[in-house]
Amino acid sequence: MWDYTDKVMELFYNPKNQGLLEDNQEPGIAVVFGEVGSIACGDALRLHLKIDVDNDKILDARFQTFGCTSAIASSSALTELIKGLTLNAALQVTNKDIAEYLGGLPEAKMHCSVMGQEALEAAIFKYRGIPIAVHEEDEGALICSCFGISESKIRRVIQENNLATAEQVTSYVKAGGGCGSCLANIDDLIAAVTKESALNIATDIATAQEQLQRPLTTVQKIALIQKVLDEEVRPLLIADGGDVELYDVEGDRVQVALQGACGSCSSSTATLKVAIEAKLQERISQKLLVEAV
Amino acid sequence: MQTCIYLDNNATTKVDPEVVEAMLPYLTQYYGNPSSMHTFGGQVGKAVKQARQQVATLIGADDSEIVFTSCGTEGNNAAIRAALQAQPEKRHIVTTQVEHPAVLNVCKQLETQGYTVTYLSVNRQGQIDLDELEASMTGNTALATIMYANNETGVVFPIEQIGLRVKEYGAILHVDAVQAVGKVPLNMKTSTVDLLTLSGHKLHAPKGIGALYVRRGVRFRPLLVGGHQERGRRAGTENVPGIIALGKAAELAQTYIKDVKHEKQLRDRLEKTLLETIPNCEVNGDRKNRLPNTTNIGFKYIEGEAILLSLNQYGICASSGSACTSGSLEPSHVLRAMSLPYTTLHGSIRFSLSHYTTADEIDRVLEVMPLIVERLRVLSPFNNDQADWLQGREVLAVGNGL
Repeated sequence: MWDYTDKVMELFYNPKNQGLLEDNQEPGIAVVFGEVGSIACGDALRLHLKIDVDNDKILDARFQTFGCTSAIASSSALTELIKGLTLNAALQVTNKDIAEYLGGLPEAKMHCSVMGQEALEAAIFKYRGIPIAVHEEDEGALICSCFGISESKIRRVIQENNLATAEQVTSYVKAGGGCGSCLANIDDLIAAVTKESALNIATDIATAQEQLQRPLTTVQKIALIQKVLDEEVRPLLIADGGDVELYDVEGDRVQVALQGACGSCSSSTATLKVAIEAKLQERISQKLLVEAV
Repeated sequence: MQTCIYLDNNATTKVDPEVVEAMLPYLTQYYGNPSSMHTFGGQVGKAVKQARQQVATLIGADDSEIVFTSCGTEGNNAAIRAALQAQPEKRHIVTTQVEHPAVLNVCKQLETQGYTVTYLSVNRQGQIDLDELEASMTGNTALATIMYANNETGVVFPIEQIGLRVKEYGAILHVDAVQAVGKVPLNMKTSTVDLLTLSGHKLHAPKGIGALYVRRGVRFRPLLVGGHQERGRRAGTENVPGIIALGKAAELAQTYIKDVKHEKQLRDRLEKTLLETIPNCEVNGDRKNRLPNTTNIGFKYIEGEAILLSLNQYGICASSGSACTSGSLEPSHVLRAMSLPYTTLHGSIRFSLSHYTTADEIDRVLEVMPLIVERLRVLSPFNNDQADWLQGREVLAVGNGL
C-alpha cells in the first residue's frame, strides 16, 4: 500500500475545485483548458482556467482527472496553488511546489505532480497562443517510446529536481517504466545534464571573478558554496540516503552539517574531504577548508 | 485493528481458527525434530505423516507423492527445474502469457540459459487455444508449465485436454494450481498432470507453507540440496507447525469444497448486480470456465487504485490490475495479454470471495460501489471511447512485453 500523507487522502476524498469551467463569454474574461496524459498511460489531467484578461490573472481553476489517488490530490493541490496568481507567477509553480503542498508524495508517484505542472503550462501556453509543438516534445529525440517521453522533458525534470538515478527519472516522468530499454539512455542523459550544470557553475564563478577583478566577497562566496552544494554535492549524498546543510562560512573555513545516513556513516570523514571539500576547492577556491559541525 | 470486508482471497486468506488450534501445540509443546530417534521427535514425525496424508487426500494423490515446500513460488521453481533436469537433452518449454511471475520469470531466466520458450497467447476471454498448444509442441519439448486457474481473472484452463496433447509428445506437464486447490475438486489418480504446485495461505493455512505433488515415476531432482528430508526431494528441517496447519486446512477444504455453491451464488449476485446498476462496466475473463470465487470487472473511464482506496474507506478489501497498483508503471500483464482496451484495463477490480464471505458483506459492496464509481467518473475527463482521448494509442493493448 502506498504511504500517502493525510493531506493527499483529504484532497482525494474531498477534492477542491473539481469539475470544469463554462465559457459564458463575459467581457474581459477568458476560459481555457490544457490537458496532459492519456487514457492509455493510465492518467490524464484536464485543467480549466478562468483568466482576467486585463490583469493577466487566474480568477478560478478547476480540474478533471483520470488517475490514481495521488493524481487526483495533485490536481486539486495545483488548482489551490494557482488561484489568484498572475499567469507569469503561475508559470513559476513547479512540481516540487505541488508535492510540498501535499506534504510529500511517494517517490514512485512524483509523476503525478509533474503532470500538474505540465497541464498548467499547456493551459497557459494555449491561452497565449503558443503552439504545443514549441514548448512540448520540442528539440531532442523521443527517449522512452513506451510512454512517449522526449529528451527535453527528461532533461528538465533532472535539472529541476536534481535527480541522480534512472529510477528517480522513472518515478517522476515514467520514462523507462515500460520495457526498460531506454534506461541506459536515461543514465547517459543524467550524466550529460550533471556535467552541463557543473560547467554552468564554473562559468558563473569565472564571470563573477572577472567582472569584479578582485576576490569574491563573502556574500558571493557563500552564494557560490551554496550553489555548488545544491547542484553537485547534495544529489549524490541524497542518492545514498544522506544530505548536507551549509552551516556557516568564516573566511575560508566552511562549516557544514552532515545529515541522514551521512551523519552516522563511518566514511563521513571521507565524504567531507573527498566529496565536499575537494569539490568546493575545485569549483571556487583552493583555499577553502571544510569541517563538520 | 479495523474490521474489514475481505474480498481479496486470491491474494491470501484468513487462517481458519481450527487450523490455528491444530498447529499451536507444535509451536509450544511438540517442538521435537521429526527426524530424531527419540519418541519426543518421533511423535512429531507421526503428525507430519498424517498431514501429508490429508494433503494427498484433498488432491487424490498418494502420500508418497507429496513434497512439502515453503510456498507456491518454491514449488513452481522446484517443479520446473526438476522437469528440465530429468530430460537434459530437451531444450524447449511451453507456457502461457498469463502465468504468475513465479513461473514467467523462471522461464525468462531459462531463456538466458539456452532454453527456448513458447508463451501461448490468450483470447479476449483469457482462454488459450488448444490448436496453438498442439502446434507449439515438438519432440524437443521438455515441459509444459500451465496454470490451472488464473489468479487475476479466475479463468480455468482445460488442464486434462492440455495434458493429452502434452503426453503425445512425451513432455512433462507441470500445473501451478495455487488458485485452484481448495476451490475445484482435483483427482491426480485420473489426471495427466505430472507435477502440481499448491500453496497453504490460499486455502486458509498460514503463509510459509506449500506443497508440490510429484507423480510417482517422474524423475525428480531437488532444488534445495542437503539433508534427507522429504525423501531427499526437499532438504531442510521441516516447518512442522506449517505442515500440520496445511494438513488441517486440506482436511477442512474437503468439506468447504462441497459447499462452494455458497461462494458462487454470492459471486454471481455481486457480479450481476454491479453490471446492472453501474453503466459501462464489463467482466474480464471467460465466465463459463472460471473459479467460483473470483470476478474481475473493468469499470471504464476511472482508475483502479482510486477505486481501491475509495473501497478501503468503507473497509472493503479488493485488488486491481491497474498500473498504479502494480509497483511498475505498466498495468497487469494478464489483462494486457487478453488485449483488453485501455479504457477497461486501468479500471479493473478483482473481487475474490471465500466461504467466510457473507450476504451482508456483498450487500454492503453493492451499496457503496455505485457511489464510488459515480464520484470518480464525475472527476474524470473521460466518458466515452472517443479515439482522440486515446491520443493515437490504439484501443487495444499491444502484447505484454514478453
